[in-house]
Amino acid sequence: MSEPKLIVSSSPHVRDKETTASIMQKVVIALIPAFAVACYVYGWSALMITAVCVASTCLTEFLIDKATGKPNSVKDWSAVVTGILLAFNLPVSAPWWLCFVGGAFAIGIVKMCFGGLGSNFMNPALSGRAFLLACWPTRMTGSAYIPADAVTTATPLGIIKEGLDASMLPSTLDMFLGTSGVYGAIGEISALALLIGGLYLIFTKVISWRIPVTYIGTVFVLSMCFGQDPFYQIFAGGLMLGAFFMATDYVSSPNTVLGQFIFAFGCGLLTVIIRQFGGYPEGVSYSILLMNVAAPLIQKYTAPRVYGYEKKKKKESEAA
Amino acid sequence: MAKQSALKTFLGGVHPPQEKERTANEPVREAQLPETVVIPMSQHIGAPCSPIVKVGDYVYTGQKVGEAQGFMSVPVHASISGTVKAVEEREHPNGNRVMSVVIESDGEDILDPSIKPNGDYHGRDPKEIIKMIQDGGIVGIGGATFPTHVKLSIPPDKHVDTIILNGAECEPYITCDDHLMRRDPDIIVKGLEIIMYATGVKQGYIGIEDNKPEAIAKMQEAAAKSDGIDVAVLKTKYPQGAEKQLIKAVTGREVPSGALPADAGAVVSNVGTAAQIYHTVVEGMPFFQKMLTCTGSCVKDPATYVVRLGDSFQSIIDQSGGFTKEPRKLISGGPMMGIAQFTTAVPIIKSTSGILCFDKELAELPEPTPCIKCGRCAHVCPMHLQPLYIQAYSLRDRFDKADEYHALDCIECGSCSYICPAKRPLVTSIRTAKRIIAAEKRKAKK
Ligand code: SF4
Ligand code: SF4
Repeated sequence: MSEPKLIVSSSPHVRDKETTASIMQKVVIALIPAFAVACYVYGWSALMITAVCVASTCLTEFLIDKATGKPNSVKDWSAVVTGILLAFNLPVSAPWWLCFVGGAFAIGIVKMCFGGLGSNFMNPALSGRAFLLACWPTRMTGSAYIPADAVTTATPLGIIKEGLDASMLPSTLDMFLGTSGVYGAIGEISALALLIGGLYLIFTKVISWRIPVTYIGTVFVLSMCFGQDPFYQIFAGGLMLGAFFMATDYVSSPNTVLGQFIFAFGCGLLTVIIRQFGGYPEGVSYSILLMNVAAPLIQKYTAPRVYGYEKKKKKESEAA
Repeated sequence: MAKQSALKTFLGGVHPPQEKERTANEPVREAQLPETVVIPMSQHIGAPCSPIVKVGDYVYTGQKVGEAQGFMSVPVHASISGTVKAVEEREHPNGNRVMSVVIESDGEDILDPSIKPNGDYHGRDPKEIIKMIQDGGIVGIGGATFPTHVKLSIPPDKHVDTIILNGAECEPYITCDDHLMRRDPDIIVKGLEIIMYATGVKQGYIGIEDNKPEAIAKMQEAAAKSDGIDVAVLKTKYPQGAEKQLIKAVTGREVPSGALPADAGAVVSNVGTAAQIYHTVVEGMPFFQKMLTCTGSCVKDPATYVVRLGDSFQSIIDQSGGFTKEPRKLISGGPMMGIAQFTTAVPIIKSTSGILCFDKELAELPEPTPCIKCGRCAHVCPMHLQPLYIQAYSLRDRFDKADEYHALDCIECGSCSYICPAKRPLVTSIRTAKRIIAAEKRKAKK
């Protein structure tokens, strides 16, 4: 029979164009402005650090897929995103091997050991950074963030924390632009560049506004309560990077509306507490990692009300 | 009085490309009289009919050929005049083989002489009207094929105050309701009046998505002539035409879980069903023809047709100029909830709203990848479920957990599978979970 061969599958028979890879690609695009500023301020080192981190995350993912006989998942671009985010969290002085180990840890241990994309309970890039910080603390703190030729010796929040000469602090405008005299992890120095990328992600519906706005808003208000300059606090210490790109990681944050508010508020609260009372000037990474651990619980208790249940419950309570 | 209210809608939903342009402005065609028709005995939810004709019998157009079995059943009628060639199992668009009456046309299309207009229905007992609707073989043609007379027989303990006609037509590609509303607005309104008379309900709405301005204008004009009938302009969003979402949008009420629309004080029917009710109750015509849209990426000359029930998919495809490319998927209905077919030889039944043909590019769906927990499926779910977890538990055979996540409340609209960036077939797993949970609950009851 000339009957055509028909595919029989269950509905729906159409799919949206957005794929995991297209989402990850948008995240990469959103990171470009911050990358450009990093290259402008730190030069070749920023490019090198990013390249090594991305190479490391992709290679690790590729090799693990090969070894476990899984389909190659590098093409979903999520390893690229992890690589860039890890690099953005590293100091300019990070040697290539440190970058490489960080990438391998982020993917090999945090992501793939827990079952690969979608199963890691913590943000791989932030875990990678935390791991490096624990193993090589001197390479990850203090003046490691400052290029050799700079006049200053500490990051802005470090200066405040240590009570160093306030005249060394860059102005709020410098903090916002990040192009002169502001130092920190390579990707976090320009609040403006991160804001542009973040708005692009919100505009393209990759992320919702809920987490970044709530996170930044919480830090702003609480800093004010503690008598800090709120603008300074939200532009400093990688808050923009964390709020738009790390706390919004799908896998390790809640995806319910209420859950996202609670999660982001928690991140903001912890950030301010660490910055105020902790022994460490920057609070963003640890706050997010801590909230990552709480995310499944938040998710569970903020499940949306299912259509058709409210009335029933009322009836039940009336009956009771 | 027709008044235009602000855009109404529900929470959640998706915006698949509408793809309606190709047929929306193409004039409705009267399909050629088929040479043979296959009339399945099961075209509704409920007990199948039993055939009451035998091979060799002559039947008229509109003559009853299958008798309803009980209250949850409606009869089926011949859609052409001619000779019964076979009474046997044939392919059915639901994928099974179903007992069917096969009629070969005599080319005359002679209407059953016993069919007479009934005249004015006012003054008749509502029960009598509901019986006429059953005898006319009317079922909900929006997809679920629930016998309409059952829906309209509202139990005395339920208080229904609103009838809603579904003219949303939220499925992409399909334009037959749009055409019907533009062509026969008065008949639809009269059909709605009959429903309101038979149920004693005073308020009727016709819900239409705002992507059909002409249909809205025509229906508003028609509704203005009648008391208590308004057009509700709805936001264009899938699944706006799903019963529960339509009720929410129009009345603001929710149908309690596991209950009927009547528990939310509403009865929903399709605009096509209402038009058929008019033809049956006033003109005496049983349900043997309907409108459907034949379209898709590989159909040469797509259009909306008035067809006889039992005509084959192939015949309508041929009248649409055949295929431009090799078809790789044939769907009965729309792309979101339609059923993929094995063959073009299946008959058109009461619920067939579309014949959709996809070429290779559209037919092949992407391979699923791991869930990235993005939450899109949950955000679009019109029932506010969390499809990602129901699927995860269903795949691990933890149907008890799937039940906790309210799998049974899923209306199988497909929005979650549509939106998922990881291309996961969420509804497919949820369907499995629903089937197993329902079976276990039935067992537990015994
Ligand atoms: S839409 Fe797909 S990838 Fe996103 S949470 Fe749902 S199942 Fe997972
Ligand atoms: S879970 Fe069911 S009701 Fe919700 S979007 Fe998926 S198919 Fe529709």
